[in-house]
Amino acid sequence: MKTKPSGVSEQADVRASERHAGTKTTSAGVSEQAGVRASERYAETKTVAADPRGVDSGPHFMDGDHALAEGALAAGCRFFAGYPITPSTEAAERFAERAPEVGALFIQMEDELASIAALIGAAWAGQKCMTVTCGPGFSLMVENIGLACMTETPMVIANVQRGGPSTGLPTLTAQQDMMQARYGPHGDNAIIALSPDSPQECFDLTVEAFNLSEFYRVPVIILTDETVGHMHEKVVIPPADQIKVVPRNNYSGPKDSCRPYKFDSQGGHPMVRAGDGYNFHITGLTHNEKGYPVMTAEQNKIVVTHLMEKINGNADEIIRLDEDQIDGAEVVVVSYGITSRIAVKAIQDARKEGIKVGSLRMITIWPFCEKRIREISAKVKAIVVPEINYGQMVLEVERNAAGRCKVVSVNHCGGAVHDPQVILDAIRKASQ
Amino acid sequence: MSTQEIRFSGFGGQGIIRCALITGKALALYDDKFATMTQSFGPEARGSACAAQLVVSDERVLYPYITRPEILLALSQEAYDKYYSELPKGGTLIVEQELVKLRSEHPDLRLLRVPATRYAEELGNRLFTNLVALGFFTAVTNVVTADAMKKALPGLVPDRFLKINIKAFDKGYEHGLKLTGQNNGGDAP
Repeated sequence: MKTKPSGVSEQADVRASERHAGTKTTSAGVSEQAGVRASERYAETKTVAADPRGVDSGPHFMDGDHALAEGALAAGCRFFAGYPITPSTEAAERFAERAPEVGALFIQMEDELASIAALIGAAWAGQKCMTVTCGPGFSLMVENIGLACMTETPMVIANVQRGGPSTGLPTLTAQQDMMQARYGPHGDNAIIALSPDSPQECFDLTVEAFNLSEFYRVPVIILTDETVGHMHEKVVIPPADQIKVVPRNNYSGPKDSCRPYKFDSQGGHPMVRAGDGYNFHITGLTHNEKGYPVMTAEQNKIVVTHLMEKINGNADEIIRLDEDQIDGAEVVVVSYGITSRIAVKAIQDARKEGIKVGSLRMITIWPFCEKRIREISAKVKAIVVPEINYGQMVLEVERNAAGRCKVVSVNHCGGAVHDPQVILDAIRKASQ
Repeated sequence: MSTQEIRFSGFGGQGIIRCALITGKALALYDDKFATMTQSFGPEARGSACAAQLVVSDERVLYPYITRPEILLALSQEAYDKYYSELPKGGTLIVEQELVKLRSEHPDLRLLRVPATRYAEELGNRLFTNLVALGFFTAVTNVVTADAMKKALPGLVPDRFLKINIKAFDKGYEHGLKLTGQNNGGDAP
């Protein structure tokens, strides 16, 4: 199955813009009636200051797991359902400990299947919600993550990755679930995934994850790892009024125009809260905008196109990259999470040797930064991709480099971070 | 010195991880340094040899683990046996005087010994051993200031034991000053 990436995007753009133009008037009309925001752009969406009850402002010396929980509370998450598993347990503990003072609810579920089921229920009952896990738990969550994608239910799931497969290495680090996050559930669907490189970013990106999740109504997955989850560093939590939060957008218009869905390849659409008096239907079956099953090929095309394009068609708005000295570079190191910090050490050493090395750190993993890789691959000798797995994100880099430059995988099985020397050697070789 | 690597070690229950947490918090929040702390997980953190690592730098710490510690604090025989050989020539070795039997006088190392457990028992409970050791560590190395360490304590020791923990810290600190011939006239800052 080979598709030209450029072709896909062009098509996508056309599809998205057609649909956008076609529905604009209706959309604005409904929004005015309903008194909800009309913005279809994430950057322009209405934000509010965080609820101070959930914000433990000030400097802390905190591990990544705790920062995940603090980020969730700051973002307005008031419901957590999870099942403890190393190395994510500390995040659940922190949330549970803080829940009573913040007015949040923590439930330890019977397993991970039930955890996501509970989140879906909580989200439609009006709550922002999250869970944390690692590989074995994520595998159990996958089925209901698919349901959340199909029902466009916002939630944040942190996967604090440990070595696999199966129960693998419970206390040791890995980045082996990158593809699972994207392709876990069956059927075509698209999620957003972010990867923090420090406890500080665990906080920052969890807030961002909630905002993206609310706007695009999609599960957002935080792909961190045991190293970041368990390491303590300084984490500065800003005052509540400096944390921008996308509030839950609940429909409040007349009953006859109530629609839990709008298939226009965009985000920013309201949910309908159970208990507010509206009649609506939520199902994993292919459905119409009222939510009722319409099991035809035509309707499936409408729904799936929307699910895919609201994420992929808005990739430019969603994707965040951290770039350094890419202009004029012969070699660019593409990395993410903890590996990007190890890579910087190697990059610094390579620069001392006179090699022109750039760095691209993916903060957003999914949607993948296809366009940027295509641009870079046309200008450099090689792209080096270190990651703590047998070679996962490197496949995306290869696909988008499409032979324009060398792509070097610096793969590394789970259990430990790279020796920076190994990355340095790969940079040296790639620059020749 | 822009980066320093420190290992705190002992047996589970001695408060080893707490030592690294207090020092890391002191450095990162009150001494204007970058500090990254990693620790033992699994059964060893609960009874057997237990260790916590701290990387301290003037710049952002990139590689979070220690590669060659310059300072080792060993509060048990097992921890000493396991880790002392990692120290480079001129490295600082701090051991619990009465729990660690030395294999040599370590002429290549800066060796310092503190009767932390006995001092803690004199203060009423051997649970304070880690704070005595931290006070000593603070006095004999230039890693962290005593002021920052004391500021870091609230939240990391129970409120009702804050005073006695500070007392334990001072005890170790004074012993460290005396042993290294630094100003030993007054109280610890």
